[in-house]
Amino acid sequence: MTALIEAAELTRTLPAMVPVTLVQGVSLTIHAREFIAVTGPSGSGKSSLLYLLGLLDRPTAGDLTIAGEATGPMTERARAALRLAMLGFVFQFHFLLPEFTARENVEIPMRKLGHLTQAQMRERAGDLLASLDLGGHVDKRPEQLSGGQRQRVAIARALANDPPIVLADEPTGSLDSRSSAQVFAILSDMVRKRGKTVLAVTHDVDMAARMDRRIHLVDGRVTSDERA
Amino acid sequence: MRLVLEMAVTHIVGRGPQTLVAIVGVALGVGFSIAMAALMQGTQDNFVAQLVDTVPHVQVVDQKRVPPRQPAQDAFAAVQIAGLRPREDRRGILNPTAALASLKGWLPGRMAPSLKTQGVIRFAGRDVGAAIIGVDPRAEAGVSSLAKDFRMGSFASLAAGGSNIVVGDRMAERLGATLGTNVSVVSGTGLTRPFKIVGLFHTGVTARDESEAYVLLKSAQILSERPNTINEIRLRLDNPDNARLVAARVEALLGTKAVSWQEANESLLEALIIQNVVMYTVVGAIMLVAGFGIFNVISTITHEKARDIAILKSLGFPEGDMRRLFLIEGLTLGFAGSLVGWSLGYALCFALSQVHFEVSSVGREMTRLPLAWSFLHYVIAAAFALLAAGVAGYLPARRAARANPVDIIRGAT
Repeated sequence: MTALIEAAELTRTLPAMVPVTLVQGVSLTIHAREFIAVTGPSGSGKSSLLYLLGLLDRPTAGDLTIAGEATGPMTERARAALRLAMLGFVFQFHFLLPEFTARENVEIPMRKLGHLTQAQMRERAGDLLASLDLGGHVDKRPEQLSGGQRQRVAIARALANDPPIVLADEPTGSLDSRSSAQVFAILSDMVRKRGKTVLAVTHDVDMAARMDRRIHLVDGRVTSDERA
Repeated sequence: MRLVLEMAVTHIVGRGPQTLVAIVGVALGVGFSIAMAALMQGTQDNFVAQLVDTVPHVQVVDQKRVPPRQPAQDAFAAVQIAGLRPREDRRGILNPTAALASLKGWLPGRMAPSLKTQGVIRFAGRDVGAAIIGVDPRAEAGVSSLAKDFRMGSFASLAAGGSNIVVGDRMAERLGATLGTNVSVVSGTGLTRPFKIVGLFHTGVTARDESEAYVLLKSAQILSERPNTINEIRLRLDNPDNARLVAARVEALLGTKAVSWQEANESLLEALIIQNVVMYTVVGAIMLVAGFGIFNVISTITHEKARDIAILKSLGFPEGDMRRLFLIEGLTLGFAGSLVGWSLGYALCFALSQVHFEVSSVGREMTRLPLAWSFLHYVIAAAFALLAAGVAGYLPARRAARANPVDIIRGAT
């Protein structure tokens, strides 16, 4: 099985009078089609690990390889290009651009990548939104959508460039139980039907229990890594 | 790039009132800069045009730049000689016929010999001091702007008789004389001759209109008792800008001092350069103030859009795109402000050009504000505005581009 992400002794320390270690010596191998929950108490370094794996932050020590490419020596531009093509992010809050419609928000990563024509991008954005039950909301702005709908638009945006890896930082954290269930189902479908690898930080024990693999962190260290 | 441009436009359109204030700030800066530049350039051009028009382009006078060596200096090889009385030389440009002939062949323009002497014009018990200038009427008409300033008569009227004189209208007024009046001219040597006023001119330069009088060259030579002498050759060149070169060549040829109009008015022309420096400093200051308006708007946008910056970075937009995004916003404001400012500047210039007044107390009459309509002013003002807008947009853009998305996301959640 091909490793999509390989982390070796990843450490992230914030410089300060008394340095704060967010992530300490984390080594992981993540394969394609894995559905992984990252759990742990508040401040255990879950989100920090996600940001490191998603190339949003640079480790202070350790190596990270994504799709066979060592990310350590990469320039900021190369990391951004890798992020654009390989990674999709879903955050606790939707972070949609308020001036753009749902469709335009989904089109933004595609436009940046520039692999599709305008018509193809429009069609793909429409299909993605329709598949997430948002077919009737494509031309609405984020302010015209409910919290769950916004989060689904954010998921559609994360899938826009068809990245093999989706990183989700407490994607259901700000949703009610009905919307949470809906978002979980979508994430699950991403793995089962679309063949993506999903790594989701969550506090929800039930949700984590239904995922294939659970990585538990305490004080920035992996204390358990279980597979269902 | 188009996506970044679209986002930039969306940002600034979404902030209507602040955007409008920034654009108006730049527009006012650009508009007033254009009007100010037009007015100052117009004043300068008008001044230089009057200068070039009224003074000879090159004036050859009967002086030398370096005093001639005295025989005593050569005889004794002395380092310094005190109490030496220089040998008296005959004043004037010697052998004027040969001098004029030597210039005739190559001079790119026209020339007129003259003899200038001081005297008094007397009429009805009134005496007015005057510069009596003896001229060749035909040649003088070719070099002097005076030819078009005649209210009555002309240079040609001088040639009609040996004892004719033309004077400034203000001088005639002071004398109580008019066209056809017979006046007496007393030269510096005490010689008195009757002359008949055959022409009145009005240049608008008070000093000239009050104290210049023109007679035939021969008459001036008789009055000053200097037969066959001239003390000035005035040159009017086809291209006044070549005056320095021509003056140098004439001086080398004749050995007497040839002064170009630029040299004669060097301090004035230097003052114009200082005036330009002051003008562009003021324009820069105006644009700096306008730049603060843009800086304020872009800073506010980058602050408000911090989450968007983080999300765009997380989507895979590099820092360069973020910098471009906000730089484009600044430049768009600067560009929009410049366009509005151009219209405002044009309107201001038009309004100023309509102002009509009469001022003669400054020595030269003016009836309209002197304005220079130059596209260069528009380009310079817009360049200043875009530079200010670029800097004002770049500083917050750089800060926004460097922002760590993780910090913003953590702050937002």
